Amino acid sequence: MKCRELAEFLIDYVSGELPEETRVHFELHLTRCRNCHAYLIQYESTVKAGRIACGEHSDELPADVPEDLVKAVLAARKLI
Amino acid sequence: MSSATPVDVDEADLLARLRAGEESAFEQVVRTYGGRLLAVTRRIMGSDEDARDVVQDAFLNAFKSLNRFEGNAKLSTWLHRIAVNAALMKLRTRKRKPEQSIDTLLPAYLDDGHHEERFQSWEEPVDKAMERAETRELVRKHIDELPEGYRTVLVLRDIEGLDTEETAKMLGLTVNATKIRLHRARQALRTLLAPHFRSVPS
Ligand SMILES: [Zn+2]
Repeated sequence: MKCRELAEFLIDYVSGELPEETRVHFELHLTRCRNCHAYLIQYESTVKAGRIACGEHSDELPADVPEDLVKAVLAARKLI
Repeated sequence: MSSATPVDVDEADLLARLRAGEESAFEQVVRTYGGRLLAVTRRIMGSDEDARDVVQDAFLNAFKSLNRFEGNAKLSTWLHRIAVNAALMKLRTRKRKPEQSIDTLLPAYLDDGHHEERFQSWEEPVDKAMERAETRELVRKHIDELPEGYRTVLVLRDIEGLDTEETAKMLGLTVNATKIRLHRARQALRTLLAPHFRSVPS
């Protein structure tokens, strides 16, 4: 397995969907290739970072809903 | 999504007041759930202004179809779903910008199949780095930079937690195309994040 192929299998590897035989080759490559190993860790970290940054309790939630949005919704509702 | 979750007491009360047409109940719903809906639609749309319009549409859709809300679901989950749908609908109907290429953000390979770039471990475990508000902000900023067709897949799969089949259905893509897009979106985001998560020689 080449680094290029390994990169294509990453998505299935991290979700545990790689067929057994491919996984054996994948993991064998990882033990020999530091570069791919580092790439795998960075890939997993990226997914995790996205989840944390935008998660349910993330700090991007506005503390208050903008007042004009509240007013606009309530006004438009009356026209339904 | 969470049909097995018991209904919160205050949600049941709120729902009864909504169905009775109480003005204060509608206001309470907007104030209680509006922030979260703005956050999720902002992520899908990539802009504050579009998110606002979508959230307004979503609330109106929800208010119109209150009688279709099933009591065994959570009001918050139901609203969330309506908002995601409204956002995707808006993306489909608005004028399509030509799709930006994602290729420059994907890893490059040498002729022999090796990576062109040398990757090294990131200096800090991601959990630790993400404890800083500025890092979380930076990650969100880079997610917004992903080309739309990739950002939506990443948001639905990795952030909203939908499975590949659901995501494919919502976006009108095949399962395989959805997987390819998710993989590229993650790889592109990695490229964007890498300069900020400095490497240490392993
Ligand atoms: Zn390799």
